[in-house]
Amino acid sequence: MSDHPKQPIRRAPSPQRVEAPPMTSPREARAGSVAGHDAGPHLDFASPASGYQLEAIGLKKSFHKGAVEIPVLKGVDLGVRRGELLAVVGQSGSGKSTLLHLLATLDAPDDGEIHYDGRRIDRLPSSQRDPLRNRHLGMVFQFYHLLPELTTLENVLVPVMIGRSTWKFFRHRRAYRQIATDLLAMVGLSHRLKHKPRELSGGEMQRAAIARALIPGPELLLADEPTGNLDQTTGREILEILYSLNRQHHLTIVMVTHDPEIARRADRIVRLVDGRVETV
Amino acid sequence: MYKLLLCLRYLKTRYIALVPIISVMLGVATMIAVNGVMAGFTREMQDRIHGILSDIVLEVRNLEGAPDAEGHMQRIHKVAGDAIACMTPTVVVPAMLTFRYGENTITRQVELIGIDEVSQSRVSDYCRFLQHPENRRQMSFDLRDGGYDVRDHQAGPEARDRPQMKAAGWQRRHNAAKARSFKDSWDRSLGERPPAGASEPGDVPEDPFLIGNPAETARFDPATQQWTGLVMGIVLGSIRTPSGEDRFLVLPGDDVQLTFPTIGMRGLDVAITRDWFTVVDFYECKMSEYDARFVFVPIRALQQARGMIDPQSGVANFNAIQIKLKPGANAEEIRDKLQGQFDAYDIVVQTWRDKQGPLLAAVQMETAILNVLLFLIIAVSGFGILAIFFMIVVEKTRDIGILKSLGASGAGVMGIFLGYGLSLGLVGSGVGLVLGLLFVRNINGIAAVLGKLTGRPVFDPAIYYFYKIPTLVDPWTVTSIMLGAVSIAVLASVLPAVRAALLHPVEALRYE
Repeated sequence: MSDHPKQPIRRAPSPQRVEAPPMTSPREARAGSVAGHDAGPHLDFASPASGYQLEAIGLKKSFHKGAVEIPVLKGVDLGVRRGELLAVVGQSGSGKSTLLHLLATLDAPDDGEIHYDGRRIDRLPSSQRDPLRNRHLGMVFQFYHLLPELTTLENVLVPVMIGRSTWKFFRHRRAYRQIATDLLAMVGLSHRLKHKPRELSGGEMQRAAIARALIPGPELLLADEPTGNLDQTTGREILEILYSLNRQHHLTIVMVTHDPEIARRADRIVRLVDGRVETV
Repeated sequence: MYKLLLCLRYLKTRYIALVPIISVMLGVATMIAVNGVMAGFTREMQDRIHGILSDIVLEVRNLEGAPDAEGHMQRIHKVAGDAIACMTPTVVVPAMLTFRYGENTITRQVELIGIDEVSQSRVSDYCRFLQHPENRRQMSFDLRDGGYDVRDHQAGPEARDRPQMKAAGWQRRHNAAKARSFKDSWDRSLGERPPAGASEPGDVPEDPFLIGNPAETARFDPATQQWTGLVMGIVLGSIRTPSGEDRFLVLPGDDVQLTFPTIGMRGLDVAITRDWFTVVDFYECKMSEYDARFVFVPIRALQQARGMIDPQSGVANFNAIQIKLKPGANAEEIRDKLQGQFDAYDIVVQTWRDKQGPLLAAVQMETAILNVLLFLIIAVSGFGILAIFFMIVVEKTRDIGILKSLGASGAGVMGIFLGYGLSLGLVGSGVGLVLGLLFVRNINGIAAVLGKLTGRPVFDPAIYYFYKIPTLVDPWTVTSIMLGAVSIAVLASVLPAVRAALLHPVEALRYE
């Protein structure tokens, strides 16, 4: 895979093509969902002129251990441009993962704002946050986080199942399955479709996780130490996939890592020190 | 879709959750079996009770009865004529039945009922329970030549034959008369006095009850003549062995004596009279309470013997009027209407359900208590489901976090566990349903095997007077049992499901 990183990707459908006929195209879906919020009052806070796809302004987050308050993020400002590969580095416990969770709307900041495509997303009700996560943000974790009961193919299909009604999924199940198979072929897992996660190696699980993150056709991929649990060679293979996704398909990627070596190939590196951003 | 898929996968992989489901299954199976048997007993009992009691019974409290049944029946007809199919008057009186079995004199306490054989069979299923096929078709108080049932016509193939019944009928009288005359001549030759026996017409009271020629009774020939016919509850004249075989102490063709009060008592001094009767058939409704108590004779003969017929007007007294309603008539409503017509101090009007109220209520009570207890078993297993589900939610914390990070809503996650509870409930109650129905279907075989294993019959036909355990599966009951079990499983999964739904995605993802 690392020897011919571009070939399988060229053969396979691009993440944009993933939104095949049965699904609404991401552009339409986005137009629809964003249109609903253009009139919202929070639009005033947005800075469309900034050109950022994802923007964090003064993010603060602290955790409570009993009565003691532990501040993790003390005002993080961050802008991610469309098509950019941004690496967030920092020591363990510097708040990298917390920042990523905030960006993915899995957690709410104590203070500050997050804008996505000029729309404020950190205070959205869960009824809008869940579809946003489902359709526009892809997530890759250090520990892969596949569901152990499902096969590789089913794991990849989970976001589609979540995003669509049972009936709709059932009606188009063949098309969806084809898309998932193509994506798994792209990450080099064609021979592992029917295997359960526990029968896969770490690298294979991470490839499956990437395929799962790509299936809804997201414009932004959030990766939380995607190679943190892999040996060097396997880690490099995974990184090659992420790089090529970024280069070939202009997928915006925010990657958290503690390894400066890995971060070096990113367009931009952001260092988190003591809960604040320090651009390198 | 992911909910469905995950439910199915959890169902296939988490066998621990099947443990509480087994108790749901057993609860459902037992409930179906118990309800099947209880409903079967109730139906069988109601059938029997209704077989002897007509829809509505109007009873005179006075043992001497009330005069003029015709007049009463006309009044009843005026009140509720359009709902009544037919009526018949009866005379009911406590009596003592005496007969000889070998050298033994056997005395039984009975309820003597005077009936009109034609109209009685119209108001109730009376004839259905007789032992001669002709009598079942058209009841008669005349002794038949023979042909009494050797096989119990109401029982299935498991019933034992009654070979003694072959001897019943006129032939038995002939043989008995021959034996008696032989014994008499033998005794006379030994110079002894003939003992008081069945053939002594001198015991007949001065007022002969036989309608027709009184001279006939004077020269009664037991070989060719019979006394007034009498139909006896089968338990009165037989003993059932534990193996289910019936031994008859008296058979159709034998003579018995009845002792009963006459009317016209002074103060509390009851006048008593005795009479000979000839057994012409057995009555067997399989309710031992009735089969061991009822004796039927022609109403006219009983009225005469008790002195209930006014010598001047010829109007006879009666004790009760049995009323059969037309199908669809409301018995309670008509009972109340009729009771309004008659003074409740003298005459009481009851439906057949009222008369057997305590018995039916007791069975209903038993069923209700058993249902409550058994449903508690299912409810207890609900707590088992609750505990196991909490464990599964804890075990699946990370998966819940993953689903949420992929955009699953709290309601969606909750749906997984509710659906899981629902499918477990469906599996448990479904298997329980099959088990319960199989049990009910083969209950008699199971009882037989259990009887063999334990060495004592589970279902003793000598006690219950059914050969088989009756069962009745009511689809409505079964449906409500299933619904109850499934909803307990779902309710038990609500708490864990809510907990899963409220899990914070980040904490869930970090969970190790």
